[in-house]
Amino acid sequence: MMTTSTNTTAEDPTRRDFLKMAWVGLGGLALAETGLMSMAFLMPRVAEGEFGGLMEAGLVSDFPPNSVTPFNQGRFYLSRLADGGFLALYRKCTHLGCSVPWLPQENKFVCPCHASAFDATGNVLNPPAPRALDIFAVTIENGTVTVDTGTVISRDKFDPTQLVYA
Amino acid sequence: MSESNPPPSLPQKIRDSILPSSLDPQTDRERKLMVLDNIILHLHPTTLPEKTLQFTMTWGLGGMAALLTMILVVTGVMLMFVYTPSPDRAYNDILTLQTQVWFGQLVRNIHHWSGNLMVVVVFLHMLRVFFTGAFHHPKQLNWLLGLTMLLLTLAANFTGYLLPWDQLAYWAITVGTGLIEYLPIFGKWIQTVILGGPEVGAATLLNFYSLHIAIIPLALLGIMSLHFFRVRKDGGVVVPRAAGAEVEKKLQHVTTIPHLVVRELVVAMVMMAALLLWSMFMDAPLESLANPDVSPNPAKAPWYFMGFQELLLHFHPLIAALLIPMTALTMLAILPYLDPDIDGAGVWFRSVKGRVMGLVAVIVALIITPSLVVADEYWLDFAGWLPSLPMFISNGLVPLAIVLLGLIAFYDGMKKLFKATYCETTQATFILLLISFLTLMVIGIWFRGEGMALIWPW
Ligand code: HEM
Ligand code: FES
Repeated sequence: MMTTSTNTTAEDPTRRDFLKMAWVGLGGLALAETGLMSMAFLMPRVAEGEFGGLMEAGLVSDFPPNSVTPFNQGRFYLSRLADGGFLALYRKCTHLGCSVPWLPQENKFVCPCHASAFDATGNVLNPPAPRALDIFAVTIENGTVTVDTGTVISRDKFDPTQLVYA
Repeated sequence: MSESNPPPSLPQKIRDSILPSSLDPQTDRERKLMVLDNIILHLHPTTLPEKTLQFTMTWGLGGMAALLTMILVVTGVMLMFVYTPSPDRAYNDILTLQTQVWFGQLVRNIHHWSGNLMVVVVFLHMLRVFFTGAFHHPKQLNWLLGLTMLLLTLAANFTGYLLPWDQLAYWAITVGTGLIEYLPIFGKWIQTVILGGPEVGAATLLNFYSLHIAIIPLALLGIMSLHFFRVRKDGGVVVPRAAGAEVEKKLQHVTTIPHLVVRELVVAMVMMAALLLWSMFMDAPLESLANPDVSPNPAKAPWYFMGFQELLLHFHPLIAALLIPMTALTMLAILPYLDPDIDGAGVWFRSVKGRVMGLVAVIVALIITPSLVVADEYWLDFAGWLPSLPMFISNGLVPLAIVLLGLIAFYDGMKKLFKATYCETTQATFILLLISFLTLMVIGIWFRGEGMALIWPW
């Protein structure tokens, strides 16, 4: 059997000892399997039609540079910077998870919960939020902007490689 | 019964098979048999030391917690007949319950207030055990079981909080589970598993419901049985005595019936009357339907977590959400294994000196904590003063080190000043931390307004 006797004393284990260890080993194995199965069972699943998946945001021309457009269904903001680059910002505050509204007059996101503020790139203007707003992958094909809300991409701060151009 | 009696009748035989002993015991022997023969009463010993009956020893708190659990199970199961754990239905079911179900509002109110009261009662019970020194050998395990039940009580309340699916529920759970993300390495993963996705949604509601109605109550009831069993195994509750009095060797015993049972019934009836009266006039809160698009301002965690949310405003999340709670819990857990001198068992606050030191600790905490909170709000800005350091150090380890130094100074100063024992000094430090934490909780609940800025509540 594979349950070898690693921790026995100098004397040879008797058959009884061996069987005892085999039982303990097998019991442990069964317990570990059950544990792993339960964990697998409890893994999150995304239900059909719920938040999370590919979403067409619209045509590139719908979004002028320097604009932030909310998508409530997709739970993100499509931000187009001055240079025309696109960024899909997850609206969940990186502090404790409230939904951050965009305030166009002040040109920033301000969290109602504990007053964190973010700029149009998602960078933190005001703590307690510890890092920039999370983003979703953006793809642009034939002039149509598509956002993948299935995977949340977290980042420390904005950097230009995150931008997608038409 | 003497042998000359006629054989018992059929109804009499049936009755005897259910409850063999008399329901109206006349002798001490019959009183003891009745305790032994009854599944509920047999949680008690047949006799107990007369001194342990003293109400100001236990305050009936453990019994109240047990009764509240029963009330919660009964009212909770009633709610299950009306409630559906899905975002489309949950809120409407609560409205139906309140407006169309006979006594629906009342049952919900009783469940709501019992759950909240239970947190208070269980916590007070823990304090009573600590301050009467009732956790030493051989009672250490029961202290640990109790701590577990405190955590389970909080978990039951927290999972129940989400179920009405109103704005209050949705955002309190969002903010409350937001803390988990700050646990190192596995935090994000644990949070996703608990929520069943990236944010609070249908999967979260179902997860919380299953935990709330099955896992947590079963665990609670199981551990509670063990807790009661151990109270008896460990020789009953601690025997109260005045400060400085000797431990008595020979104790006067009385029968459980009627002495203990009557007292328990009085506590139970007073508590139930108060609970019912309160629930008749105070409705459990219900706000508008949960709206994931709009967070309220401010968004607060449930009241029993407000102490931690307040800490979070002052320390880096890793310190506030992980290091401090975990350290506090670990300290509480190993406490009964550390205390070397158990002279204080049965004496409130260990000794007369212990009481004076406790009072000093209360006053110090009441002055220092609000001062630090106000100072941090308006003047302290470690992150700004130490811009080159990462936030975890400047806004985390640095203020933490200052607080720890203050604690050490307090411990040392008190020990020298009062020439106190280890037990008395530990207790004073415990009181300092306890009152500080409660102060933070009060500040978080009543003195924080929009954007979590400090406000006057009136
Ligand atoms: C077998 C035990 C239990 C069952 C079956 C149960 C069931 C339920 C159900 C169906 C609800 C949703 C209805 C509503 O929100 O009004 C609920 C809510 C709630 N439960 Fe329980 N529960 C149990 C035990 C507990 C315990 C032990 C606690 C706390 C110590 C607790 C605290 C709460 C709280 C705070 C709510 C929210 C109440 C509100 O705001 O309406 N429950 N429970
Ligand atoms: S959740 Fe946004 S600032 Fe706290």
